[in-house]
Amino acid sequence: MDISSLDFGPIWLSLQLASVTVLILLAIGTPVAWWLVHTRSKMRVGIEAVVALPLVLPPTVLGFYLLIMLGPNGWIGGPVQALTGSPLSFTFAGLVFASTLYSLPFVVQPLQSTFEAIGNTPMETAASLGASRWDAFFSVILPLSRRGYLTAMVLGFAHTLGEFGVVLMVGGNIPGETKVISIEIYDRVEVLEYTQAHILSAGLLLFSFLILVMVYSINKKLPVHVS
Amino acid sequence: MTQFLKAVFKVDYPGFNLDVDLQLPASGITVVFGPSGSGKTTLLRCLAGLEKSGYMEIAGQVWQDDNIFIPVNKRAIGMVFQDSRLFPHLKVRANLLYGYKRTPVDVRKLHLEEIVRVLALEKLLDRSIGKLSGGEKQRVALGRALLTSPKLLLMDEPLAALDAQRKTEIIPFIRKIEKELSIPIIYVTHSMSEVLQLVDTMVILKEGKVVDVGPVEEVFSDINLRDAIGDEHSGAVLDTTVLQHDTEFGITRLDFMGQELSVPLQNISVGNGLRVHIHSKDVSLATELPRGMTSVLNILKTKVKKIGETIGYSVDVELDAGRPLLATITRKSLSNLNLQPGQSIYAFIKAIRMVHDNQKV
Repeated sequence: MDISSLDFGPIWLSLQLASVTVLILLAIGTPVAWWLVHTRSKMRVGIEAVVALPLVLPPTVLGFYLLIMLGPNGWIGGPVQALTGSPLSFTFAGLVFASTLYSLPFVVQPLQSTFEAIGNTPMETAASLGASRWDAFFSVILPLSRRGYLTAMVLGFAHTLGEFGVVLMVGGNIPGETKVISIEIYDRVEVLEYTQAHILSAGLLLFSFLILVMVYSINKKLPVHVS
Repeated sequence: MTQFLKAVFKVDYPGFNLDVDLQLPASGITVVFGPSGSGKTTLLRCLAGLEKSGYMEIAGQVWQDDNIFIPVNKRAIGMVFQDSRLFPHLKVRANLLYGYKRTPVDVRKLHLEEIVRVLALEKLLDRSIGKLSGGEKQRVALGRALLTSPKLLLMDEPLAALDAQRKTEIIPFIRKIEKELSIPIIYVTHSMSEVLQLVDTMVILKEGKVVDVGPVEEVFSDINLRDAIGDEHSGAVLDTTVLQHDTEFGITRLDFMGQELSVPLQNISVGNGLRVHIHSKDVSLATELPRGMTSVLNILKTKVKKIGETIGYSVDVELDAGRPLLATITRKSLSNLNLQPGQSIYAFIKAIRMVHDNQKV
């Protein structure tokens, strides 16, 4: 087995993509999940459905529309091109954008059920003790949501790591820019380099397994806060 | 100078509305009493600023009207809930200090050492919340609310989840807070025994409306409120002072508005107060004192004030013994005695229940 012929680029790129995506998703997913739990707006059902869409849509459909949207004539890609000189399609930034959309439900849903379980009372209690909304969120809700955040992060990370269809449509296959691990595996299989495909696949498999074991064991140790 | 809490709230929910216009003394313990669904908790939430509605002022300061609305976190209130609502991720000490840290330094009047002493929390400070008993949790929750140095303490059935033993542990603390820290308390409950042990002013709510409000002696003996208070509690609440202990006969003599009552020996020092409850069914009436001896020890000289509506064979008579007293007699007796308002009458009291102690009232 020739390890030296193994290109670590795609692995590194995948990890980068997953990390950046998870960070963005936490920043977006927290207010979205909070809003879904606490709003009385009629828009709630619609937004909830939009968030869940990537769960049911074939990645190629999502990828197709993203490709158009992020391309030089798309309503996101266009302005970006005017600003920076290049569109978002077939770039790392474009991949981050696509992954964020694609993995959104995997972050929003665990957070939503966590916030739902926590309910309104801790916020009210904190407010009665003089805490502003932000203060109450950071001092009470966040610590009580640790389990939910851990689950959301892991699901978001692992799901981004494993995505294939959307990446292929939006990012193509540019080494160092958009060629992530799942695409690299596909490439190796295409050219019948099964050994490399094996190493990468087994690596991803082991990595995913270990990360899940870690999460479940941490989850077991974290106290469950039932209010 | 007596200060007041004024509250005018109107809240409309499907199937429920609250419509109150209250003026309460901003001192002592005011108990809001009523069956579940009567709007007690909603009233409390309005006072806390958790529902936006109406008008509220306390001790001359307006907290909400058409233009002003002081949000919950800026109100000088402390809240204690039925389910302590302690923060499970914080230890007892951090829970106690949560509100304290968020109270401006110049507003802080109560400090950790004092609250820990009053509520006897020394041994609990480093415990985690999960290791506390129900009663301990409520004490910590009370302490946490007090450490914001509130001008008003709102308590929503704080003892409902506790067994009788734990209740009797906490009630003295609530009394102590009111006395030592002089923070007015609004206390919501549907338990009559809590009412009797705590109340100074009583508010009776029913279907979102105030049925009656006033000092407990008057509200309790109001013959029109029998329904709201319930048969088993209908009667008079009297505040007496311990006069003397008669150890030979095992009796404590009490002063009540210049007249005397005797109860079984009490472990209370002479000069201290004792609240008693006299069930209306335990009071019988006579136009004269009996010529011979009587086994009844407690006889009060009263005047007939009001005669209530007949309920089956019986009727309630409201008496004036300096404070209101209530007697339930038969219609037959009413006609035999030929009672008229203003008439002098002797009330023979067959049983007196002490409220301060653990007896079930």
